[in-house]
Amino acid sequence: MTSPNRPRSFQEIILRLQNYWAAQGCAVLQPYDMEVGAGTFHPATTLRALGGRSWAAAYVQPSRRPTDGRYGENPNRLQHYYQYQVIIKPSPANLQDLYLGSLRAIGLDPLVHDVRFVEDDWESPTLGAWGLGWEVWCDGMEVSQFTYFQQVGGHDCRPVSGELTYGLERLAMYVLGIEHVMDMPFNDPDAPIPLTYGDIFRQTEREYSRWNFEVADTDTLFQHFKDAEAECARILAADPVDGAGRTIPMAHPAYDQAIKASHIFNLLDARGVISVTERQAYIGRVRALAKACADLFVTTDAAQA
Amino acid sequence: MPDLLIELFSEEIPARMQARAREDLKKLVTDGLVSAGLTYASAGAFSTPRRLTLAVEGLTAGSPTTREERKGPRTDAPEAALEGFLRSTGLTRDQLTARDDKKGAVWFAVIERPGRPAADIVAEVLEATVRNFPWPKSMRWGAGSLRWVRPLHSILCLLSDEAGATVVPLTVEGIAAGNTTRGHRFLSPDAFTVTGFDDYAAKLRRAHVILDSAEREEAIRQGAENLAFARGWEIVADNALLSEVAGLVEWPVPLMGVIEDRFLDLPPEVLQTSMKEHQKFFSARNPRTGRIEGFVTVANIETPDDGATILAGNQRVLAARLSDAAFFWENDLREAKAGMAAWAEGLKSVTFHNKLGSQADRIARIAALAREIAPLVGADADQAEQAAKLAKLDLRSAMVGEFPELQGTMGRYYALAAGQLEAVADAARDHYSPLGPSDDVPTAPVSVAVALADKIDTLTGFWAIDEKPTGSKDPYALRRAALGIIRLALESKSRVKLSYLVNAAMQRLYELAAQRNAIAILPSNFSELADNETLEASFAKDFDFAAPADNLVWFVLLTQPIVAAKTWVSGWKLNASRVYPLPERVADLLSFLHDRLKVYLRDQGIRHDIIDAVLAQPGNDDLVLVVNRATALNTMLQTEDGKNLTQGLKRAGNILTQAEDKDGVEYSFGADVKFAETDEERALFAALDTAEPAIKQAIAAEDFPAAMTAIAALRAPIDAFFEAVQVNTDNQIVRRNRLNLLHRIRAAGQQIADLTRVEG
Repeated sequence: MTSPNRPRSFQEIILRLQNYWAAQGCAVLQPYDMEVGAGTFHPATTLRALGGRSWAAAYVQPSRRPTDGRYGENPNRLQHYYQYQVIIKPSPANLQDLYLGSLRAIGLDPLVHDVRFVEDDWESPTLGAWGLGWEVWCDGMEVSQFTYFQQVGGHDCRPVSGELTYGLERLAMYVLGIEHVMDMPFNDPDAPIPLTYGDIFRQTEREYSRWNFEVADTDTLFQHFKDAEAECARILAADPVDGAGRTIPMAHPAYDQAIKASHIFNLLDARGVISVTERQAYIGRVRALAKACADLFVTTDAAQA
Repeated sequence: MPDLLIELFSEEIPARMQARAREDLKKLVTDGLVSAGLTYASAGAFSTPRRLTLAVEGLTAGSPTTREERKGPRTDAPEAALEGFLRSTGLTRDQLTARDDKKGAVWFAVIERPGRPAADIVAEVLEATVRNFPWPKSMRWGAGSLRWVRPLHSILCLLSDEAGATVVPLTVEGIAAGNTTRGHRFLSPDAFTVTGFDDYAAKLRRAHVILDSAEREEAIRQGAENLAFARGWEIVADNALLSEVAGLVEWPVPLMGVIEDRFLDLPPEVLQTSMKEHQKFFSARNPRTGRIEGFVTVANIETPDDGATILAGNQRVLAARLSDAAFFWENDLREAKAGMAAWAEGLKSVTFHNKLGSQADRIARIAALAREIAPLVGADADQAEQAAKLAKLDLRSAMVGEFPELQGTMGRYYALAAGQLEAVADAARDHYSPLGPSDDVPTAPVSVAVALADKIDTLTGFWAIDEKPTGSKDPYALRRAALGIIRLALESKSRVKLSYLVNAAMQRLYELAAQRNAIAILPSNFSELADNETLEASFAKDFDFAAPADNLVWFVLLTQPIVAAKTWVSGWKLNASRVYPLPERVADLLSFLHDRLKVYLRDQGIRHDIIDAVLAQPGNDDLVLVVNRATALNTMLQTEDGKNLTQGLKRAGNILTQAEDKDGVEYSFGADVKFAETDEERALFAALDTAEPAIKQAIAAEDFPAAMTAIAALRAPIDAFFEAVQVNTDNQIVRRNRLNLLHRIRAAGQQIADLTRVEG
């Protein structure tokens, strides 16, 4: 990996992906401003995969998986990390080639590396969503998830969206040749103030790991879960016609509550207070919310072709 | 005779689906061609990650014209009948001819179907094949509605003969068939045209694609072995992995790497499983150390640096994976050394089945059962119980959480780390065995005890809640568990009384369920309890009658007739379908085990009627006894003496039964040699006097071959007796004496088996 094309920092990889996908015509969006477990939860993916309207978006999404916290000590695991997400609807015929172009853009030349598409069907029980595709391997490492959405929120996707998800830290560590995520240069290593990933996130990983695993008040979280669930139901049940006679169904505010419930469930899971049998029930409750939001979204303008 | 070439070119087809897809493509297309009237000489199907290919040789150029004559109604039949005939033939009246038949003038139609060119038929068949292909999972893409395993990009469909190749005109959802394909995704991405199969395969090879998966497999195997040989290592053979990897590459390039020293102390099973599951690496063993020290990864590309970058990357990924495995291993070892109490506690919250409680409940039952079985199989009871308590604790370990297929294997390591005896640790590893008919059966006594207990608990559990296998449905693999019991008992020659064990196990299961308030056990004197209050009061514990749990079953611990219990229960406020009578369940399970035993022995060449004859004897829940008896009987029945003896015994039995029916008495005692009139009669008395004690003694000693020899000695005297003597003679004293003598013959036979069930 001594190509002159090689990026030198985490942020350079993100910037190159942003530029690449912008050049392919995607709207480069900003992260969703809520705690989510993966880039798929962003309404730009979950909701926009529904309905007939064409769509092309790319964005970085900070993602939280409380159970993956390792107090900043594990070289590969983080409770807060970044995903890069691309969604194009309908999926173009050359999506694989576009994807391979993005690898070239960040310095991974498929003529030097071994890039493979290995079966991996994607399913999100919390979103009532599934699709077929692959995990993309580069020299034996999974660098992306590549999925053709078939269903979201219980609705068939017509047309089908193609979704690409890059695990940014893992991908960047590979491109930059870094062994421990905390050692990875975040900005240019020759900058006046060079910052590593650890400079920015080591302390937060420790703090959040402690809170996630040891401190978060479970009674409060259980209450928050119920509140989010109730508010979601209330929003969905509201009359679409407001006081001024305007028809404004509120799919997105309701979906925010579903996202919130999902994240609170993840926190409760990290605290170890959800038993195996309850687990399925909680996932089912979140899925019911996500489905109800999808049901409403498909009736709105944004879902029409 | 043209040849046909079809290629369906798509995005990457899952490796595990390719073999089946080749077969399906070949079958669907050739069946379609044949049923449309074409014939062909041979057909072969191929696959790579991106293409499914079919080559058909010697196809007929078209289907033949066919003529079919069909007989219609009589000419004087009602108009409606004629109209119906015209409709069904698609002809008009003037196309019919009237001819005389036996019954008078009748309309005849001649339907002529013109032959069709092969291209038309191929187009039709291929389109139907693409639209109806039986992928295990398929998908839509883009804005279209076609389904394929992954997006389908192009269709190549060519008919070629001496005159040249022509594209078969065909369009499926906007994809028009052509004569072009593409090579390797990166090494030879450009499209090229082909003129037939040989040209296609040769051009693909130049374009870095080996079409035949068998050839790719062989290249990988050879390449990996050569790399290993150069280091003095050997590849751990894995055919499933080989075929999967061959389905992931079009241009296989094996590369060998070395496992870092710091990971070499991980158990070899962990190294092998981690490398195989996560990385699809082959393991390389160093025969001098016996350890797995290297790996072979198979790239899909040749690179300017001869794979150095690829290998370095794979090595890094492996190191990260093995760091995880080492982390799990060290944490698990720490827990194991601390006694694994946390794992035991954790299994209380893992449901085995909602009616059968948690894994911890199950372990408690297996431990109790293993203790009972131990003395029967020569194991120490304390060790067997201890082994059963430990055997499944690894289900809570991080390593088994990551690699479920290492269950048991890790259990052994952790039991050893916990300071347990080898025999106990081995039982943790081996108690799941045998898993299949060709799987090794454990032989160490403690392992046998726990393995038997594990399977008996599984069967009794699902029988207790009425979840038996039906037809092809056996979701809990109960037939496999039954075969496991049979093979364990037979191969360890364990004298296990299954009915006793099953009864005890099921009773324990119901009692434990009752303790959880999941069921209620009716007291054995239930029918004497006059009313609900008395019945409720008779329960030892506080059972909530008003709100029984959803999974409530009622169990009657009874010696009373089952029907009476059901009637009684339905008259009360209980639902009779919820009565689970223990003796009925136990008998049913035993008969299931006997059925599986018959299947097992039939495969060993013992006829089902012989097994039936033996199963009718007492002690049929001791499988070793049953098989010894059946084997001896089987051997005897293959001898001339044996076959004839059976005839003689049956004849004796028939004459006796008829006489007993006619006279209304049982001839069972008092045959006396002094009433014998002939030498043959006296000889039979003498033979029986010798044979009877010998048979009895041999049976008591369970020496069945000796018993068979003893009874076989009766063949000549019996034959001679029937030859010379008329049983039903007028002299009633002599007749009675002879009938009583026949009884002695029948009784001697019955000690061996119920020979009336033997056929022929």
